[in-house]
Parts: sequence; C-alpha cells; structure tokens
Amino acid sequence: MSSLRPPETARALGLAGTDAVLSEPQASPFKAMLSVLRRDLLLAMRRKAEVLTALFFFLIVSSLFPLGIGPEPALLRKIGPGVLWVGALLATMLGLQRMFYSDHLDGTLEQMVLSSAPLPLLVTGKVIAHWLVSGLPVVVLAPVLGLQFDLDPGALWILALGLLIGTPVLSLIGAVGAALTLGVRGGGALLSLLVLPLYIPTLIFGAGAVQAHLSGQGAGGHLSLLGALLALTLFFVPWATTAALRISLE
Amino acid sequence: MSYRLINWFKLSSPYSFFPLAGRMIPWFWALALVFGVAGLYMGFFVAPTDATQGDSYRIIFLHVPASWLSMFIYIVMAFWAGMGLAFNTRLSSMWALSLAPTGALMAFLSLWTGALWGKPTWGAWWVWDARLTSELILLFLYLGFMALHAAIDEPRRADRAAAVLALVGVVNVPIIYFSVKWWNTLHQGSSVSMTKAPSMAQTMLWGMLLMALCFWMYSIAAALTRLRAVILEREAHTDWVLRLPEATA
Amino acid sequence: MIWNSMSDFWHMGGYGLYVWGSVGVCAIALVWEQVALKKRTQAILRSLRRRARAEKMDRELA
Repeated sequence: MSSLRPPETARALGLAGTDAVLSEPQASPFKAMLSVLRRDLLLAMRRKAEVLTALFFFLIVSSLFPLGIGPEPALLRKIGPGVLWVGALLATMLGLQRMFYSDHLDGTLEQMVLSSAPLPLLVTGKVIAHWLVSGLPVVVLAPVLGLQFDLDPGALWILALGLLIGTPVLSLIGAVGAALTLGVRGGGALLSLLVLPLYIPTLIFGAGAVQAHLSGQGAGGHLSLLGALLALTLFFVPWATTAALRISLE
Repeated sequence: MSYRLINWFKLSSPYSFFPLAGRMIPWFWALALVFGVAGLYMGFFVAPTDATQGDSYRIIFLHVPASWLSMFIYIVMAFWAGMGLAFNTRLSSMWALSLAPTGALMAFLSLWTGALWGKPTWGAWWVWDARLTSELILLFLYLGFMALHAAIDEPRRADRAAAVLALVGVVNVPIIYFSVKWWNTLHQGSSVSMTKAPSMAQTMLWGMLLMALCFWMYSIAAALTRLRAVILEREAHTDWVLRLPEATA
Repeated sequence: MIWNSMSDFWHMGGYGLYVWGSVGVCAIALVWEQVALKKRTQAILRSLRRRARAEKMDRELA
C-alpha cells in the first residue's frame, strides 16, 4: 500500500509513523490525533506551492475588487471587510479538496477509518492541520490587505479577530463537504456549491463585526455569535464528517 | 405483533408502495383543485383591495404559500432522508429524492413572485430582505442536494451522502435565517420587509391559507408522481417491475 | 364581487403586469413540472418495454 516510488518516499515515511500509531490499540486517542495533525502538516510543507497558491489567490482576489469598483477611499472602507471575508472564504475553499483526497488515493484514509483510534478525533486533527495551513495565514495576511482598503487599526484588529474565530469554522464546515464529495465527478465545483451556502452565517457575522465596529456599535455581539458558531461546528462536524467518510468509502 | 406494525413495514417496500401511490395521486389532485379554486376565488374575487398597496398585494396569495411550502418540504425531505440513512430503507431515500425538485420549484416561485411583488411596492426587482435572501439560500441548498445526488453514480451511496447533506442543511436553515435577519435589520431600515404584509383582513388570511393547502396537496401529488418514476428507474431489474402491464407493451 | 368589470379585473388597479406575471409563471411552472414528469415516466416505461421485447425475441429465437 505505501509503495516506495521515489517522489512518494517522503509520503511513505510520513505514513509509517502515523501508521504505527493508528494500529496501536493502546495508543491514546489524542496521540493518534496529534500524529495525524503532524503528518498532514509535514505533507503540506512538502507541497508548499499548493498552500502558497491559495494565499496568492486571496491576495489577488482582494485586489480585484478595488480595481473593479474604483479607488475612492470612503467606498473602499465600506466594501473592505466584506471583500476580505469573501476572499478568505474562497481561499479556504481552494484547499478543501486537499483534506481527504490524496489520503484517499494512497489508502491512508482507509487506514484511518479502520484504526482503533476514534475517527472523529482523527478528522479533527486533519481539520486543525487544514486550518493551520489555509486559515491562519489568511488571518495574518488580511489586516495587511486591510490597509489597501483604508481601514483603521481598530477595524483591522476586529477583522483579524473575526477571521481567527471564523476560519476554523470554515475549515470545519468544509470538511463535511470534502468528505461528502470524495472522489465524486466535478468535485471542486460541486464542493463549492454545497459549502458556500453554509458559509454564509460566518460571512455575515464576520464582516458584520467590522462594520459594527466602524459604525460605533461595537463588535461584541457579532464576535460572540462567531464564537457560538465555532463551538457548534466543533461539536457537530467531526461526527458528521465521520458519517460522510464512512459513506464515501464503503 | 400488532396489525399496525405489520402494515407499516409492508408499506416501506417500493413494491407495495408503488400501486398505493398510484391510487393516492388523483385524490391529492382533487384536493389541490378544490383548495385552489376556493383560494383563488377568495384571493381574487372576495378579498378587498388594499389601502396602501392596491391590488399588487394579491401576489401574496401565491408568494406566501410557495415560501411556506419550500421550507416545509425541505424539512420533510431532510426527515425522510434521515430515516433512510438511519434505517437503511430505500423508499425513504427515494421519497426524499422525489420531494427535492418540487421543493426547489417552490423556492424559485417564492423568489419570482417576491420580485414581482417587490417591484411595485418598493421600486426594486430584488430587495435584500431577510425572507427573500433566506429563500435564495434555501434554493441553493436544494440545488446542492440534487447536484450531490446526481453526481454520485451508485444510488445507495448517493442516497446516504445526500441525506447527510440534507441533515446538515436543516440544522443550518434556522442559523442562516437568523443571521440574514440580523444582517438585514442592521443594514436597512425595517421599512423594507416582506413580513409587513398589509394588515390581514379575514378574507385575505383565508385566501392565503386555502392557497397554502392547495400548494401542499399539489406538492404531494407531484412528488408521488415523481416517486413512481424513481421507483421504476431504480427497481427496473426486479421481477415485479418487469411484469407490470405498462412495461410489457 | 369586488370588480366592476372584466377589464378592471384584468387591470388589477394598474398592477396587472405584476399580478398576472406571478400567476402566469406559477401556472407555467406547475404545468412544466407535470410535463417533465410525464416525459420521465414515459422514458422509463419505453426502456422497460424495449427490454421486454428484446427478451421476448431472445426466447423465441432460443
């Protein structure tokens, strides 16, 4: 199963460590989760191009809007939060396919499903890895891009905070979509169709937080709602994704 | 085992339900017709002209029933998809699949009639009011369900995957509705709102309820018709289908 | 009866286009759904009949 083709040797090495942990019945479930997390990060680092592409996409898309709409600062300040959030959504979505597909291809995913470690925890590990690679860079980059939209420092903080709470939600919801469309024809576009409507509340509360701050109302309410979404998804998504994976793999 | 228990399980096979559905369809059409005639009569010939909106408000006799049905059907669809997932019954999943296009059509009609109501009332073809926007997202959820099912070749896997999606969607619908409402009230004055229909005269309310019943009966009839087609398609290899009079020329 | 004449009814107080546009599209949608369903049913029945004929021919030749 872990065939040692030269370019995949690194992959096989990454697998070997995780494989041991997955088949160890006495291993603590959290150790298994951390092992999956470490492996995914390792593999992502070896495919830096993929990761950076999504970030550059975020950069370019955010720059497209001012080019399309006009450079007037007042207008840009208005659309800025929304544009950056939509960019974050799209950039997260680009990386979703990666979550399960390559593991599905080389059989690791089946190993994970069959292992004695609880699948919801392993899924959580994968989601955390996805977020660290796709979501966290967006959180860091967005305030910088926010300067393009003439947003003041307070607004930039709210933007970053909102994205910090919101991007994990995006990764979580995306995980369900990725699991459902595993190996399905037209996967990428279908995934977007499925996942984008579900992203809308996060978008509304996230962008709304910045706008609320700018209008003087304070972002507390919006950010709390984002927190609630995070709690909700963190609780339910691993189970939903587990069910979806079992369905996709049978 | 009680008689009712035996009866129930017997109905959950496509073979038993197919003829039953066929017998039920004309009855639902009849009910739809009766309610429709009554509702349209109420709405277009009895209910008075509104003081503020004139006669354009009469669109609610189509818009509101379509909205209600689109939301109701989604919940029913998610329920039966969930049943099919939990109990592994084929017919439940087929029923959910049959409901989806009708529900999507209702969502579309809600949006269309909403736009045609919005234009004379507020001057714009599309108003980002909470209900219309939620309705649009609901249409996307329906389309996603149908697209996912269509994209997976193996029918049982498609049923189960779409069921998970429907269940995730049904949990999200109240969240989406709430967030859109929140978004809407913060961005616009609440002067633009579909829910602020003209103060309901009795006749208007009756008209709306009758039309809602009409749409409901119609939806059941349409979904049952579709269910029969789905059963024929999925069970095409079975003995009983091959022996049907319609299938043997 | 609240309408003074047929033309009043058609006119709908100036909003005829919107009201009848709505009624019209609803009617068209419902009819279209039924037509599509009819076509779908006919298609599956046709394919089943074709299969029955093919099997019948196979049996006769055998």
